[in-house]
Amino acid sequence: MEERLKQLQQEATAKVEQSVDLKQLNDVRVAYLGKKGPITEVLKGMGKLSAEERPKMGALANEVRDDITKAIETKQQLLETAEIEKKLTEESIDVTLPGRPVNSGTHHPLTSVIEDIEDLFLSMGYTVEEGPEVEKDYYNFEALNLPKGHPARDMQDSFYITEDLLLRTHTSPVQARTMERREGKGPVKIICPGKVYRRDNDDATHSHQFMQIEGLVVDENIRMSDLKGTLNVFAKRMFGEDREIRLRPSFFPFTEPSVEMDISCKICGGKGCSVCKGTGWIEILGAGMVHPNVLEMAGFDSKKYTGFAFGMGPERIAMLKYGIDDIRHYYANDQRFLTQFGQKEFK
Amino acid sequence: MFVSYKWLQDYVDLSNVSPEELAEKITRSGIEVEGIEVPAKGIENVVVGHVLSCEKHPEADKLNICSVDVGEEEPVQIICGAANVGENQKVAVAKVGAVLPGNFKIKKAKLRGEASNGMICSLQELGVEGKLVPKEFAEGIFNFPSEAVVGEDAIEVLALNDSILELGLTPNRADAMSMLGVAYEVGAILDREVHLPELDYNKHSEQAADRVTIEVEAKEENPIYLAKVIQNVKIGPSPQWMQSRLTAAGIRPHNNVVDITNYVLIEYGQPLHAFDLDQVKTNKIVVRLAKENEKIETLDDAVRELKPHHLVITNGEEPIAIAGVMGGANSEVTEKTTTVLLESAYFAPASVRQTSKDHGLRSEASSRFEKGVDPKRVELAAERAAQLLSLYAGGEVLSGTVGLDDMDKSEKQLTITLEKINRVLGMELTVEEVLDLFRRLQIKAEADQTTIQVSAPTRRGDLLIEEDLIEEVARLYGYDHIPMTLPVHETKPGGLSIRQQKRRLIRQVLEGAGLMQAVTYSLTNDQKAKEFALDVREPVKLMMPMSEERSNLRLSIVPQLLESVSYNLARQQDRIAFYETGSVFLEEEHSDLPREDEHLAGAVTGIWHSHAWQGEKKPVDFYAVKGILDLLWERLGVAEAIRYEQSKEEHLHPGRTAAIYLRDEKIGYIGQVHPSKEKELDLKETYVFEVKLESVYRYETAALHYTAIPRYPSIVRDIALVVESEVLGGDLERIIKNAGGSLLKSVKLFDLYQGEHMEKGKKSLAFSLIYMDPARTLTDDEVVKAHEKVLQAVKDQAGAELRG
Repeated sequence: MEERLKQLQQEATAKVEQSVDLKQLNDVRVAYLGKKGPITEVLKGMGKLSAEERPKMGALANEVRDDITKAIETKQQLLETAEIEKKLTEESIDVTLPGRPVNSGTHHPLTSVIEDIEDLFLSMGYTVEEGPEVEKDYYNFEALNLPKGHPARDMQDSFYITEDLLLRTHTSPVQARTMERREGKGPVKIICPGKVYRRDNDDATHSHQFMQIEGLVVDENIRMSDLKGTLNVFAKRMFGEDREIRLRPSFFPFTEPSVEMDISCKICGGKGCSVCKGTGWIEILGAGMVHPNVLEMAGFDSKKYTGFAFGMGPERIAMLKYGIDDIRHYYANDQRFLTQFGQKEFK
Repeated sequence: MFVSYKWLQDYVDLSNVSPEELAEKITRSGIEVEGIEVPAKGIENVVVGHVLSCEKHPEADKLNICSVDVGEEEPVQIICGAANVGENQKVAVAKVGAVLPGNFKIKKAKLRGEASNGMICSLQELGVEGKLVPKEFAEGIFNFPSEAVVGEDAIEVLALNDSILELGLTPNRADAMSMLGVAYEVGAILDREVHLPELDYNKHSEQAADRVTIEVEAKEENPIYLAKVIQNVKIGPSPQWMQSRLTAAGIRPHNNVVDITNYVLIEYGQPLHAFDLDQVKTNKIVVRLAKENEKIETLDDAVRELKPHHLVITNGEEPIAIAGVMGGANSEVTEKTTTVLLESAYFAPASVRQTSKDHGLRSEASSRFEKGVDPKRVELAAERAAQLLSLYAGGEVLSGTVGLDDMDKSEKQLTITLEKINRVLGMELTVEEVLDLFRRLQIKAEADQTTIQVSAPTRRGDLLIEEDLIEEVARLYGYDHIPMTLPVHETKPGGLSIRQQKRRLIRQVLEGAGLMQAVTYSLTNDQKAKEFALDVREPVKLMMPMSEERSNLRLSIVPQLLESVSYNLARQQDRIAFYETGSVFLEEEHSDLPREDEHLAGAVTGIWHSHAWQGEKKPVDFYAVKGILDLLWERLGVAEAIRYEQSKEEHLHPGRTAAIYLRDEKIGYIGQVHPSKEKELDLKETYVFEVKLESVYRYETAALHYTAIPRYPSIVRDIALVVESEVLGGDLERIIKNAGGSLLKSVKLFDLYQGEHMEKGKKSLAFSLIYMDPARTLTDDEVVKAHEKVLQAVKDQAGAELRG
C-alpha cells in the first residue's frame, strides 16, 4: 500500500509537470484527488490494515495528497502567469501610430498679440476701453487737435459715410471719448484696442482695415520719463529682456512732443541687416505727451494735468515677432496660416 | 525732400561728418532720413569726351561710327546707336574698363565689323532717373555744355557722386522744405554756423515800377505779392552745376529761367513764378478771386474751370496763372522770351490747399504754400532769383520791387518756465543748458532765474505753444538723456469688464471645441452686406467707396465667413471651422451714429470627426455645431434661458434651421446653408450660426452655488415613446420634465428610431429618466406614481404610446 501511494505521488507529480495549460492541470487534479481518484481508492483498502498500520498509512496518504495539491498549486500559478503574459502579448499594439485627433481651434494671431498687450497693461493697473468703429468727425479728428483743413488730415485718407461720419482712422477717438466721460478728473489709465480703416489699396504692406492698440495715461505730474519707462517695460516684455529701446522725434497732431519708438534689432543684434534696413533699429510705435488742446477739449485742465499716449499696429508687431511677410495673410483666414499660431508662448 | 550733401555744404561746414553720420544725427534729433542715395554708386572710368567725327555705319542704319577725343593721345573709335549723337558734341564716355550701374562692364567690342572701344552714355545709364533727364536728352545721349573740359571725370562734372538724403518730413516741419531750413537744422545739430547766400548783383537804372503795376484785390488770400522785372534775358540751358543740383533735388532741368525759379524754390522754400512780360500784354498784374465760369489753360495744356474761391493772377483782363498752383499757357516763358516778370508771393495756405485739391494739382510750389512759407523770405527769394538771372540768363534786373506787402512779420513771443520743461520731461536741465539749445537753433531766447522768453522766428511756423518749445529742447538735447521712470500715482487695480471677460471666454470655449478664430473685413458689397442678416435693413454705405466690393458695412458676419470657407475649400482643406466676433452696423433713424452690435458667427463644413487609419470619418452635422453652442451657453451661464425653435431663415435650409431664443428674445440662428446657396458659393454641406452678443453680455448670470452630492440612490427608468414623425423631441422632453415633478432629476434622449420596424409616419424616441430624492431613498411606489404621470402627460399632450 505504501508503495502504491508513493507510486501515485510520483505519477501525479510527473503529470502536473507535464501539464501545459490550466485545463490539463485541472484534469490531473480531478484524476488524482477527485472522489473517484486512485488515492481515495487506496484509502478504501485501509480496512484491511492492522490497527498500528492504519494511522501510519492514513498519515502517509494525507501527506501524499498534500504534496500533490501543492504541486498543482505551484504549477497553476506558473501556468496562470504564462497565460496572462500570452494574452498581453496578443493584445499589444503599435504605439507609434498616430493618436485620434482632437478638434481644436486657435486664436487669430492678431488677437494673441492684442491680448498679450492688454494683459501686460492690465497688470500695471490699466483698463481696456472700446468705442465705435463708425465715428464722428469730431472725435476722430477735431477732438484730437486735427481741425477741418489741418494738413495732417492728408496723412490718413478716410472712408466717409456722411460729411460728419466716417470709419475711424485710428483708435484715438476712444481716448477722447473716455477722457470726456471722466469729466476732467484723473487718473485716466487705459488701453484701447480695435479695428480701424484707411483709404488704402490692399497690398503686402497696406490694408484698408487693420488693428490698432493705443494707451493713454493722464494725471497730475505725468512725465515724459514715465512714457519712456512704460515703453521700456512693454518692449522688453513683448520682444525680450535683451531688447533696448530708443526714442526718435516725430510728429502727431495729438501729442507734443511726439516720438517714435524703435527697438534694437534681434536678428543682427544691432549691427544692421535687411529687417532693420541696416540701421540696427526697428520702428515699433508712435507716442508722445498729450497735446494740451486735446486735454482741454476733453475737459481736462492742461495746467494741472499732463499725460502720455502711445499707439501701435498689432499687424506690424506680429509681422516682426513671427516673420510674417504680407499683411493680407491676416484677413484671408487661410487655415494653413492660422493653425501656425496655436502654440502658447511663455514669457 | 531730397537734400544734396554737396549742395548743403554751401551753407554749413560738413567736414568730418559723413553723409551716413549726418543722416543718423538728423534722424535722431528730428527728421527721419528715409534713405541715402548715391546716383553714380560704383561708376568708374567715365570721362568728358569730344565727338570729333560721326559717320553712319556702312553695315547698319541705326549705328554711328564716332571718333571721340577722351583726353588721351589718340582719339578712340566708338560705335554709338543713339539717334541724337553728332559731331562736335561734348559727351560722357564710358571707357573700356568702366563699370556702369547694374555691374555693367564696358569691354572692347566689334559691332558689324567695326571696333568699338567704349560707350557714349545717356544720363539714365549713369544712374539718373528717367523723369529727371532734360527732355532733349531723354531719348538719347547726354550733351555737356560746350565749355566742358575733355578728359575730366564726367561723374564729377555731373555731381553724380553726391549723396542725396531723403528726408521724410512730417507736416509740422515745413521749415525743412528748403535747403536753408535744413541748413538751420543741421547747424543746430552740429552746433556749426549757417552761411546764407550773398545777394549782391548789378541793377539796371530803370525802375521796375515804371514797367509794371500790381494790384491785389484779394488781400486776405494774398497778403504779399512782389514782382521784379528782368529784361534782355537769353533763354538757354542753365549751368551744369545748377542742373545737377536740381536733378539731385528731384526736379527736371528745363532752361535757365525755369531752373532758376526752381533752384530758389528749393534753396529758400519760396515758390516763384516767371511770366513772359511781353505776353502779359497789359503790363499790369491784378490778383483777385476767379469769376464764375472763368477758364484758364494751364502749363500742362489743360483747360481748367475756375470757381469763385480760386485765387488767380490776371493781367487785368484774363487769368494768367492759378495763384500758387500753376501758371497759365498764355504767359509762359518760352525760347523767345526776353523780359521776365518774376513773382514772389505769400498765398494763404487754406486757399492754395483748396485750389490744388479742386484741380487735383499738387506741385512743389503748392505743397509749400499749403503749409505756409516764411513771410520774411518772400522778398529775399525774389532778390536771389534776380541775382541768378543776371548771372546765368544774361538778364538786366530793373531797380526796385513792385507790389504789396501787407503781412505782419513779427516773431511770436512765447514764455515758458524751466520748471515746466523739467516737469514735463522728467529731467533736471539748467537754464544755461536750455538757452544754449535755443542758441544752436538760432532762436532768440532770454531768461531770468526761472522764466525763459522765446521769440519764435517766422521760418519756424510750427512753434506756437510751450509744448513746442519743450519738444525743441528735448529733441536737440536728445531723448536718450531722458531717464526711464514709471508713473507715480495711486494705482488702482486694472481689469477687464464683464463684457470683455465674456468675450474672452467665448474665444476659449469655441477654440477648445475646434473652431478657428477668423477676422474678416467689415466692408463688403451691397449684396453680401445684407445676406444672412438677423436684422434686415439697408446697410450703412460709404460716400466714396474705393470699389463696389468694399462699399457697404456688413449687417451679418456669416457671408464673410463663407467667403473664407470657400477660400479654404479651394485649397484642399477637408475640415473648415471658423468663428468670428465683431461689429455689425445698423442704420438708426434717430441716432447720429449707426448702432454697432457685436455679433458672434460661425461656419463649419467638412469632416468633423476623423481617424483616418482606423477608417473613421464623420462629416459635420447640425447637432455637432449645436453641441458647441450648448457648451458655450453652459459656460456663459445662460443655458437655462436658451431655447431653440424650428425656424425658416433666408438662405438657410428650411428643415435644418433653428432660431435661438434667450428668454423671449430671438438672439440668433443656427442652420445649414440652403443647398442652392451652397451651390452658388461652391460649398459643400455647411452649417452656420450667428448670435447677437449684446443680449448675452447683458444677461446676469446666477452666482455659483454648491449642491450637495446625493447620498441616496437614484432610480433609472428608460422609456421608448412612439409618436408621429412631426412631433419634436424637444417638445417631448419639455413635457416629460414638466410632468415628472420634483423627483425627476434628469431626462436624456438616448435613441431615435425611424424605419422598417416602425409604422409609416411614426418614430420612436427613447429617453432615460432619473428619479431621485436628495433626502432619502425613494420607494418603488413613489417612482411608479411619478412615472405614470409622465406617461400620461406624453400620451395626452403628444399622442405618445409606449413602444411594445
